[in-house]
Amino acid sequence: MAETHRPPEEFTLRMRRYDPESGEAPYWDEHTVELEPHRSVLEGILQAKAKFDGSIGIRCSCRAAICGSCGVRINGEPGLACHTHLDKARASSKDGVIEVEPMGNMPVIKDMIVDMDAVHWKKVQRVTPWLINEGPQPEREHIVPRESMVDVTQTMACIQCGACVSDCLAMEVDPGFIGPAALAKAYRFVGDPRDEEQRERLVDLSEDPQGIYDCTHCFKCVEACPKDVNPMGQIMRLRRIAGADQHINDQNNGHRHEETVVTLIKDYGLLHEAEMIPRSYGGNSWFGKFHPAAGKELLSSLPVAIRGVMKRKVSLKIAIFGHSIPKQDLKAVQKIYETVESRPERYELNLYVSGEDEEVEQTQVAVGAEEGSAQ
Amino acid sequence: MPSHDVLIIGAGLAGQRAALAAAQAGASVAIVSKVHPVRSHSVAAAGGINAAINVADDWKSHAYDTVKGSDFLGDQDAIEIMCSEAPKEVMHLEHMGVTFHRNDDGELDLRAFGGASMKRTAYVADITGQAILHVLYEQLMKHHEQIDRYEEWFVTSLLQDDSGCCRGVVARDVRSGRMEVLKAKNVILACGGAGQVYSPTTNALIVTGDGIAQAYRIGAPLMDMEMVQYHPTTLVENGLLITEGARGEGATLLNSEGERFMEKYAPNKMELASRDVVSRAEQTEILEGRGVGAHGEGIYLDITKVPRKRTLEALREIVNIGKDFAGVDITREPIMIRPGQHYIMGGVKTDVNGATSIEGLYAAGEVACVSVHGGNRLGANSLLDTLIFGRRAGEHAAARAASMGMPASDDTQLREDVATIDAIIARPRTGRRVSEIKQELGETMNQYVAVYRDQEGLDKAHEVVKRLKEESESAYIDDKGTVFNQDVLGAIELGYMLDCAESIVVAAIERTESRGAQFRTDFPERNDDEWLKHIDISLNGNGPQVSYSPVKITQWQPEERKY
Repeated sequence: MAETHRPPEEFTLRMRRYDPESGEAPYWDEHTVELEPHRSVLEGILQAKAKFDGSIGIRCSCRAAICGSCGVRINGEPGLACHTHLDKARASSKDGVIEVEPMGNMPVIKDMIVDMDAVHWKKVQRVTPWLINEGPQPEREHIVPRESMVDVTQTMACIQCGACVSDCLAMEVDPGFIGPAALAKAYRFVGDPRDEEQRERLVDLSEDPQGIYDCTHCFKCVEACPKDVNPMGQIMRLRRIAGADQHINDQNNGHRHEETVVTLIKDYGLLHEAEMIPRSYGGNSWFGKFHPAAGKELLSSLPVAIRGVMKRKVSLKIAIFGHSIPKQDLKAVQKIYETVESRPERYELNLYVSGEDEEVEQTQVAVGAEEGSAQ
Repeated sequence: MPSHDVLIIGAGLAGQRAALAAAQAGASVAIVSKVHPVRSHSVAAAGGINAAINVADDWKSHAYDTVKGSDFLGDQDAIEIMCSEAPKEVMHLEHMGVTFHRNDDGELDLRAFGGASMKRTAYVADITGQAILHVLYEQLMKHHEQIDRYEEWFVTSLLQDDSGCCRGVVARDVRSGRMEVLKAKNVILACGGAGQVYSPTTNALIVTGDGIAQAYRIGAPLMDMEMVQYHPTTLVENGLLITEGARGEGATLLNSEGERFMEKYAPNKMELASRDVVSRAEQTEILEGRGVGAHGEGIYLDITKVPRKRTLEALREIVNIGKDFAGVDITREPIMIRPGQHYIMGGVKTDVNGATSIEGLYAAGEVACVSVHGGNRLGANSLLDTLIFGRRAGEHAAARAASMGMPASDDTQLREDVATIDAIIARPRTGRRVSEIKQELGETMNQYVAVYRDQEGLDKAHEVVKRLKEESESAYIDDKGTVFNQDVLGAIELGYMLDCAESIVVAAIERTESRGAQFRTDFPERNDDEWLKHIDISLNGNGPQVSYSPVKITQWQPEERKY
């Protein structure tokens, strides 16, 4: 049953303030509020605003994690202020004081308000964010498979809050990266059987050096997303459809690199760094290193390799000969490959549909990539 | 000075739909919104959109259900337009890209909703409003050359020329604090309702009655303002909405005795009776001591009867709301809800093209009152209302613009608004805080102008509102800056809210009968002889003045309303 009312407690909020008109640097501002522990950090901030200082700047509207306005960082982690309980935020703080800051990767306008237009929305516009279906429309609805609409609902559920953008490590290094939110939006069209330019979209996003292959698999966006949109998962789905289904071999070598990683692990059980570049550029086999393109790439990446050895990130022996693991372990790894590769169709895990991890098996939805092209 | 054929205030469903329609008709269009368009409150509409698209359905059945739902106060000519145009509009949305969920044959799936005689609610899980809003915004991005966007601009006044025609707005760029006149041949208000007049409410913090008050202040009459909808299922914890879709999927309501009490109040439709009926039933159970929870203040909504997989797929948002805001897994245990303020049927009085009584000023969506909802709106008719009348207003305004010249420039109001804002910022800290007044207003309205009303309570509310209006004149704020000064906008919004509250209370006092959402315990019967008419509220000098307008009846005569 519903949790019984718990008495209000005191919570201290330490907010990052910045007044662009003052000419002064950002500073910390503390207020203590009194609320029930399961109330949200946003309610705490609103109480501080109402009682102590109305000039605290934060965008907010629905209070129910649906409008996407109140993206902030709480104790360093991105999320929605309305979607984070005060007691949990206090428990995850370093000193019992809840720290609230503006999101990262976007310029701060005032206090906790960031410029989403300059980063987030610009990137969304990059992916041609509308359905392309210019032909004559049917009199009624398009007939499409039931699963396809449930499937794209996961990305439709994105509320554009920017939490994933805030913590994207790839974007931190390469601000030009299209990024998790916009690429998840791209999947919303690629996965929509009514869209007429799926292949064009995939070619575009594969060939763009800051497109789908610029993601580094760090999972930060998956953790940050308050709506289980799983942006990285959507990027990986774009890659699978682009590479495995549409056979798009991009000039950035993203797809071949991915295939090489898969083959190397199958062959050696672990990544073999020295083989990686030759195979990615020269062809996905042991002979790859004799290909001229591989030689050129190898030469150009020598400085990186040397720096890696110098900094002891990798030993010279491993850099040249690779890792080796016991035979039975290698067999076990290869068994995984056999299991996955022997499936008649690819399982695309959709958390929106399956809801809870523990029940994945009963509700998995298999969605073939080309299934139900526009009808 | 920027100028446009059609200037739309508000970028929720009504506003964006109006913008697309006006642009399609060839007008130069701009859309102004105090928040980024996808933050608009339409995003919170969960359950779906009604349209008679099933081949076995008929728009007349939809229209009759709507008339009955309105307790015969809805204008039937407008309802006929809305319901007959609904199927085409839903198909148009589908073609634009809305990801409506499908049945096993790949056609649009339909779910059951309150007050409907058959399944006719198209949906996207329980994020229908969000899905439509985001798809419309996709279209705004696509048509960015025809539609200018003023995102995060706050409107402070509607402009009128000497002959009383609306000629644009004064607005403040929230980010820079710069004030500007935006000239226009036509202005369409599409900036939502006034839910923040109540506390608690399911409505977002931005829903502060801006458009209703702005129109009222320049002389446009408001209509049906006494009709305030309490949604039957809002979270006891904090007033958040649990979609009617839950009951549409089969969830039941239980009192403290474990009884499915709707049997007593609506034996045929049970939990899917119209919202006013279900909310009153719940309130009666609570008042008679059969509520649940520590203080008997709630009712159980039991969703466990819906298959778990179906709940996770089609009601995922409320699974999260239950988990995040009440600590309840709704797929395994009931959740505590109660009636909560949700929607305002009333608004700026318009005709079926969205035109108000002021030339050049249109209104569509919750800000407007056509009136298609009359005394009580059916679930999933609000999205439809916004889209149908948003489109019609956009088309009509574009056509009107084609035959007229751009109005002359005038800075008088701009200078006045700049001075008003400077004065608010300069107020000494001697009065009350804006936030305090807002809180008292919300609690007062929720206590006296709620599901059950009577003369004594309404009079009390009236006095409080009048006092708060005075206090608001000197209410102070903290933020003295220009960049993102949300504080000063809050003070302006408070003024809007107080105007809305006053007209709600005055209309509720005026209507001495019970109809739809207005239930007077001192006048418990519907009285068609005297009250089959709309109450109009206009500004006369400094205060509200009451007049009446007839209900338009086309084919459905009033009859006893039973579910």
